[in-house]
Amino acid sequence: MYDVLIIGCGITGAAAAFALSRYRLSIAVLERENDVSMGATKANSAILHAGYDPEPGTLMARLNLRGVELARPLCRDLDVPYRACGSLVAAFSPEERAVLEALCERGKSNGVPGLELLTGAEARTLEPELSEAVIAALHAPSAAVCSPWEYCLALAETAVRNGADLRLETAVTGLQRTEAGWRVQTSRGTFEARFVVNAAGVSADAVHDMAAPHAFDILPVRGQYFLLDKSEGVRVSRVIFQTPTAQGKGVLVAPTVHGNLLAGPDAEPLSRCDTSTTADRLDCVRRTAQKSVPGIRFQDTIRTFAGVRAQSGRGDFILQEAEGAPGFFDLAGICSPGLSAAPAIAEYAVELLERAGLVLEEKQDFLCRRRRVRFRELSPEDRAALVERDPAYGRIVCRCETVTEGEILEALRAPIPPRSVDGVKRRVNAGMGRCQGGFCGPRVVELLARELGVSPGEVVQEGAGSRLLVCETKGGGRHV
Amino acid sequence: MYDLIVIGGGPAGLAAACAAWERGLRKILLAERDRELGGILNQCIHNGFGLHYFKEELTGPEYARRFIEQLADTGVEVRLDTMVLEVTPERQVHMVGRDTGYRVEEAKSIILAMGCRERTRGAIAIPGTRPAGVLTAGAAQRYVNMEGWLPGRRAVVLGSGDIGLIMARRMTLEGAKVLACVELMPQSGGLARNIVQCLRDYDIPLLLSHTVTDIRGRERVEQVVVSRVDGECRPIPGTEMIFDCDTLLLSVGLIPENELTRQAGIEMDPRTGGARVRENMETSLHGVFACGNAAHVHDLVDHVTTESQRAGAAAARYVLAGCVSEEAGEASFHQARSAALGDAGDVDGRTVLVCTVCPRGCRLVADTSGGGFAVMGNGCSRGIDYARAEVTCPTRVVTSTVRCRGGAHPRCPVKTDRPVPKSMIPQVMAALDGICAAAPVHVGQVLLADVCGTGAAIVATREL
Repeated sequence: MYDVLIIGCGITGAAAAFALSRYRLSIAVLERENDVSMGATKANSAILHAGYDPEPGTLMARLNLRGVELARPLCRDLDVPYRACGSLVAAFSPEERAVLEALCERGKSNGVPGLELLTGAEARTLEPELSEAVIAALHAPSAAVCSPWEYCLALAETAVRNGADLRLETAVTGLQRTEAGWRVQTSRGTFEARFVVNAAGVSADAVHDMAAPHAFDILPVRGQYFLLDKSEGVRVSRVIFQTPTAQGKGVLVAPTVHGNLLAGPDAEPLSRCDTSTTADRLDCVRRTAQKSVPGIRFQDTIRTFAGVRAQSGRGDFILQEAEGAPGFFDLAGICSPGLSAAPAIAEYAVELLERAGLVLEEKQDFLCRRRRVRFRELSPEDRAALVERDPAYGRIVCRCETVTEGEILEALRAPIPPRSVDGVKRRVNAGMGRCQGGFCGPRVVELLARELGVSPGEVVQEGAGSRLLVCETKGGGRHV
Repeated sequence: MYDLIVIGGGPAGLAAACAAWERGLRKILLAERDRELGGILNQCIHNGFGLHYFKEELTGPEYARRFIEQLADTGVEVRLDTMVLEVTPERQVHMVGRDTGYRVEEAKSIILAMGCRERTRGAIAIPGTRPAGVLTAGAAQRYVNMEGWLPGRRAVVLGSGDIGLIMARRMTLEGAKVLACVELMPQSGGLARNIVQCLRDYDIPLLLSHTVTDIRGRERVEQVVVSRVDGECRPIPGTEMIFDCDTLLLSVGLIPENELTRQAGIEMDPRTGGARVRENMETSLHGVFACGNAAHVHDLVDHVTTESQRAGAAAARYVLAGCVSEEAGEASFHQARSAALGDAGDVDGRTVLVCTVCPRGCRLVADTSGGGFAVMGNGCSRGIDYARAEVTCPTRVVTSTVRCRGGAHPRCPVKTDRPVPKSMIPQVMAALDGICAAAPVHVGQVLLADVCGTGAAIVATREL
């Protein structure tokens, strides 16, 4: 019997697990995929928003502000790549400038620090690549970018180190109210818990419906992106938004914490979760991004991808005990600014649980620091010392991102080891560079097979069915 | 302080280091990131290398072997499993290796011979899902030829560059079905001999002016959509063809590897994607030279060799003349492209062929009407013999691998020591399944005599 069982280990579930792992509680996190951060968390704009966008008074406004306030020290303590870069919202017409003025006022009432309206020329002094057509810009110095999947992993990993029980490849199939709380049926057995937290992202409505009368729908809204080579990563140093419309914040151009350039997303409502990219939408994203920053060289794209936002029809986060299901809490409709708000959503969830009767007793031995080796960022002296200590750090596996075998082995022995080639990529960046794993792929497969104790034929790219190799040549190992 | 540091132990680095040694440099260091020398040639187990330089037909590992042996006779210091991370304008080279640790070495001259990398799906932004089973032809080549794993059973190849063509044949020989080779341009970028011997021999359709417009499948590739393109390479709606397959191999271009070059502040040449070099292969940074595919992408390794020897010799002159750069004009590269293939086939006793004896790819017309035999269009006498064999009993050298026990790799590349009848290729491939070599294996070692009664022996093409 767990005190709290969390369904879903994206950024919301991971943040909730981390926040709860501070207390003397037994916690389980169930994730249907073979890794954490597999939904919206791995495919979004990676931005910690300043907070001028949400309507004052909404949970979004409050938790966005609080979330980014918490994120800074959290990323520092948990060794999550974070870059306080600031953002600009560009206006191309007097009408849009009027929108910026309203946005600026809204931001001030939300409590966003340092907001200022700039002329086009002032904005171009900050960002010389900004289009000449920009006539005004709203500057928000407190915006930042981070690595969303490492953020999620760091939170989940730290929760696990503090005793939380993470079950991967465990899909929830049913929920029943019991005398003591809830019985959770899954693809891998039945769990009992006093409280259940629904952080199931795009499936949050389906999970809710297993426990309570239907109350909301999650409408998947797809956004497509271009990720460009590091040679383009210097094109802008701040996040460049366009003036928001009824459709949302629109296409942005942003530096990533890894030094690349990101352009996207569009917003396309879908009837089901589908993360494929399409030629017409990508074209549209390309053209729109070039409206803000005309000089982007899209021929230096290294990857295109799509993410799906878990939008609800309510226009705000749904954070509450479900009606008719005492002890079952929804953390649903976590679309933008969900990443920014995550630690604040978790804080809010802890309060909800406490009010419902969960006793919170702080642990004396709570671990809240995490560090990993980033060979690429070390000085020559530190590199030399590291290789001296462990020669595995002397073998470069991924040349584009300068990732060593030692870092991959370290990840494979961490609290949440990767089970796939992409899992390795999210942990240490191997394969994230311009050759997209062309060089390191076979080497990562070899390391995964060795460390997981499986044949290379069983190594997967991402999900359980995504095997990379089909069979051995020459009749395989029969005669060897 | 080294006289010369060569970065990369592939064909370019090997040739450059040997040439510099021959010209009198004595303190030479060659850094190679892999655990063995030879670079990409180790996975290019097919033949066709060396026709210009050695005037004989070698496989990739055999070609590499010649230079590895030559290097072994010199006093060049080789560091394997060592990656160069940075080159400074002061000619300091930062390198790291498992056994050698992190070191900063200084050199009077440097040769950049890092080779090239393949363009990826991302670079051409193919839309669709992102399942397993989309990989570059080079990565597939490594899996199949060196690691002994087949990456798929039903494949479409995008791009008709040489690696794509070679891999279409390799996958077919190893039991996969290659459904089509799709080329965006109205003509193929590959050598004529590869189109004949890799596609036509195996009835793999070449779809010119087509491209992949969608990839489908959640976990693993399930379908690939191919569309015809117009004169501006834009897909034409309504021309979609759907291929049920589990693999898409990409052979969509090579890019010189120049991370280090750019970092060192060396001037780049937008035409080649490599460093701007002068006739002696010196870059804008005095004493730093670039050669091979790192300088510009070559069609033939033979040209890499001669160019790299030039770079090695120039580095030697630079050091021996007291580190003074020569007067040298800007280099101009000719891209040796094969002639257009045209339509091969039979018309009224006249067979149109493409000669595959050398990379020139002469278009031959063999006239067998009236019981006679005549050939037109041949550039040399070898074309006559080729045409005669091709119309009577076409033969091919088979290159593949066999299992190997106790070696550095689980597969050993092999070839038939002479051409075998084309019709016998499936039997020869089946016979290879029964062979398991035991290390040490030597180049030229006979692993099976008289394969399938053809009179040809199966010989190893590398040391293992």
